[in-house]
Amino acid sequence: MTYTKVTTTSVAGSDSPAIEFVQLVEHEHPPGTSTLLGFWIYLMSDCLLFAGLFATFGVLGGSYAGGPTPKEVFELPLVALNTSMLLLSSITYGFAMLATHQQRIGRTQFWLIITALFGAAFVGIELYEFTHLIHDGATPQRSAFLSAFFTLVATHGLHVTVGLIWMMTLMIQVGRGGLNLANVRRLTCLSMFWHFLDVIWICVFTFVYLLGTLR
Amino acid sequence: MSDHAAMKNHAAPHANFNHGSLRGYLIGFTLSVILTAIPFWLVMSGVISNKLTITLVIISLAVIQIVVHMVYFLHMDFRSEDGWSMMALLFTVTLVVIAMIGSLWIIYHLNSNMMPGDMSQMP
Repeated sequence: MTYTKVTTTSVAGSDSPAIEFVQLVEHEHPPGTSTLLGFWIYLMSDCLLFAGLFATFGVLGGSYAGGPTPKEVFELPLVALNTSMLLLSSITYGFAMLATHQQRIGRTQFWLIITALFGAAFVGIELYEFTHLIHDGATPQRSAFLSAFFTLVATHGLHVTVGLIWMMTLMIQVGRGGLNLANVRRLTCLSMFWHFLDVIWICVFTFVYLLGTLR
Repeated sequence: MSDHAAMKNHAAPHANFNHGSLRGYLIGFTLSVILTAIPFWLVMSGVISNKLTITLVIISLAVIQIVVHMVYFLHMDFRSEDGWSMMALLFTVTLVVIAMIGSLWIIYHLNSNMMPGDMSQMP
């Protein structure tokens, strides 16, 4: 509303018909109304980044250079555990968003912490898997298959790590400012980011781990 | 200050954004668990020996699970943001399909046409 006032006073002296025009089309543009769509479009561009990595893995996934094959290096029970961690973190983030829309600060923070713990468990298990692989000589340098594998899976893991940092930041921001409009908007963006990463993980466990083991 | 003012009509800026419900999240989670468990079980137990069949089944389950996530977790529909979210998604899916199928197809043909299969035939 201050926006209208400024417009009127700045051109008040000129008595121009443009003032009428400005006021006629005046409608509210609260800050952040387009943020969610903008963030969604960012996620779509991120999707293209992953598409490139998946295509690379699809092309190079069978080039073992005499090194280990997916069947030899992948441990599906570990991947299943990892998948359940991410899936659980998705629904707990959903609970956090439900609490957010009910304006319950404590409950939002509680579910954010639970989500962050599941996310941290996911990253921890993935790092354990990576160290295990590297210890066994299945390093990214070993073959084109392993280069593509590490690039794709670690890029996803890096996204999850960034999501975790973002989540910590939001917990502090919610603690300080409460569930005001800006914080709700940020929580909604992180919600999209977090669920989007789960969608990417569906593709990872399907195309990399399961179909890799079948190869 | 703008935040404080906007708090009064809290729902307004996100009026066309679907927040989801507890029921929706629980349905989505249950479906996701089932759609994750089946492909893992299929591969780990090896009940289907035909490679093509199991590959197609696993990919179909993944596609269904992605749709489940989009609907129940990401709340995608044709109404949010006046349809622009769905428009961006469909455009991205088109690009992803072109990039994936195009890459795999071209490189497969490059491999089968240009890789020296049998070096003993070479002069």
